[in-house]
Amino acid sequence: MIDWRKYLIVFFITVGLFVTAGYLSDYFSNKKINQIKSIQDQIAINILSSETQFSLLQELSCNNVSGSLLSDELDEIGNKLEWGQKNLGSTDEVSYLKKYYSLLQIKDYLLMKKISASCKIKSAFILYFYTTAENCSECERESLVLSGLREKYSELRVYSFDYSTDLSAVKALLKIYKIKDTELPALVLGDELLTGFQGIKELEGKVQKVFKLQETKPNGNT
Amino acid sequence: MALIPNIIFYVLIFLSVYAQVFFLVTFLENRKKIVIRNEKTKLNKYKTVTIVVPCWNEERTVYKTIRSLLALNYPQDKLKIFLIDDGSTDGTWNIIRKFEKYPNIKIFQKENGGKYTALNLGLEHSETDFFGALDADTVADPESLIRIMSYFAGDKNIMAVVPSVTVYNPKNFIQNIQEVEYHMGVYTKKMLSFLGAINVVPGPLTIFRRKVFDDLGPYQHGHNTEDMEIAYRMQKNNYKIEHCNDAFVYTNTPSTIMELYKQRLRWVYGFINNTIDYRDVLLKKKYGNFSLFTLPTGVISILALSYLFGKVIYDLINFLHLKFITFNTIGWNLSIKNNNFDLFFINTNSYVFLFFLIYLLVIFGIIFGRKMSKGKWVLSFNMIYFLVVFRFLAPFWFLKAMYNTILKRKPAWR
Repeated sequence: MIDWRKYLIVFFITVGLFVTAGYLSDYFSNKKINQIKSIQDQIAINILSSETQFSLLQELSCNNVSGSLLSDELDEIGNKLEWGQKNLGSTDEVSYLKKYYSLLQIKDYLLMKKISASCKIKSAFILYFYTTAENCSECERESLVLSGLREKYSELRVYSFDYSTDLSAVKALLKIYKIKDTELPALVLGDELLTGFQGIKELEGKVQKVFKLQETKPNGNT
Repeated sequence: MALIPNIIFYVLIFLSVYAQVFFLVTFLENRKKIVIRNEKTKLNKYKTVTIVVPCWNEERTVYKTIRSLLALNYPQDKLKIFLIDDGSTDGTWNIIRKFEKYPNIKIFQKENGGKYTALNLGLEHSETDFFGALDADTVADPESLIRIMSYFAGDKNIMAVVPSVTVYNPKNFIQNIQEVEYHMGVYTKKMLSFLGAINVVPGPLTIFRRKVFDDLGPYQHGHNTEDMEIAYRMQKNNYKIEHCNDAFVYTNTPSTIMELYKQRLRWVYGFINNTIDYRDVLLKKKYGNFSLFTLPTGVISILALSYLFGKVIYDLINFLHLKFITFNTIGWNLSIKNNNFDLFFINTNSYVFLFFLIYLLVIFGIIFGRKMSKGKWVLSFNMIYFLVVFRFLAPFWFLKAMYNTILKRKPAWR
């Protein structure tokens, strides 16, 4: 009376649909990862090219170099990576891209610091060290403060580093600024190390101070 | 997502997809057997049928109900109509009395005892081989009875035939989306009929062979869903129930969310409690697809929608929490502005595709049900409204029905 064959066929069709859905999901995840990869490659080329251009022309052509670098591309990649880490299945690939991203940030930081000093561009740099929400209850709020400030001050550049990134360059940064995982979130503004949560008002004050210092300095050369 | 909720989530999706595919495969197997007659039907032999109209405070609708019975394309001398006033406190009795003079109408008045007692009073007085009821808020299509009776003529094993129930004159939004739901119900019922697995023999114009009640006993309270209880009892005894898809009855539906909530609470409470009462039938092959498909599917859909509802609430709380933190930390002025649309951020998890598939299959059911009811292929926004609105409303009566079951609280009829 019961058509067991039908129950079985429907079961296999359902399994087939599940596999197809999984395949589609994988396909789009890979596409997204490739998208991040290609943007990162593009950024790497841009940075390398600017570096090269800068060393070729030295201080002669500040006008040419500065504008091209102050872009939001790195921020955009940062957002996508963060989203990818939460929503895409393949964590190996994402963590690889994250390492790449950290490296690009460091390169951008070093280059921009050099350019802004040489060309006397008004700027402030924040290195921001965070870790997962379980180990750092205030990191989420600190990120919000930083996004808010970045939106208000276009001259402010924020570089975010996951404390647990397994990359020697990031580890070197941690060593230089003596950052411990118990003191996260940690910020480096100028040469000052700030540990624990920094509210928007106090941090804004400090950023403005950096800008003022630049205005009063007769010469940015170090 | 944590592991265990994630597993539950995917198991529920798997079972939901399974149920929808099962319906689709059943449709593909049987699509040629779905006949829709447009002309006047004729029978070689007309069997006498008793139709009971149980009424409790139905003064607004009962007149039309009775008129529709008198207008049926069926010899009036072969149709016995019992109008039973189950202790109405409004003008129902006065309306009923006007029909006393008709030779084939008998009227009764009794103390209020619930719908099943009125139906049983009708059963006691009925002397015909076929017996049915028509709810007093329902209007029968002139061709409905004769088409139903043609099913009995074709197969001696058929013990009950249910009609296609759709919405009478939908006027507002709530009724329009219910119409969509009833159209889907026509499709679902036909598929369950092919599977021999119908679980409700609805109050509006289901016709039984008298033998059903002689063998299995009269109507029971059935947690205020006597039409579900009798169907369970019939399925337990392997009595065949068929769906006559081209016999239409039009029922008055709730016009406000509160009325709809009360009606659905009663239905779902009835489903849960009748299933508990008949739990020995569940997942046993001797009771056929009713036990292996209909009942599990009902349970799964209640669980799946309730689970999804919980997830939506959880996500909403998380979202508000984040907004609250944002406000507290940086204030409104600085809250995130760059909401540029980017395809990258569209969720492409596998469950998204599976949801999409489930909705497609449900929409197919609605469209085909509508084709069976209205005779034409129609698409309308009401389908989308139905899917969206019921997705959020249904969990309220599901959860309340579960709550009532656990605390043994019985919902009122209205």
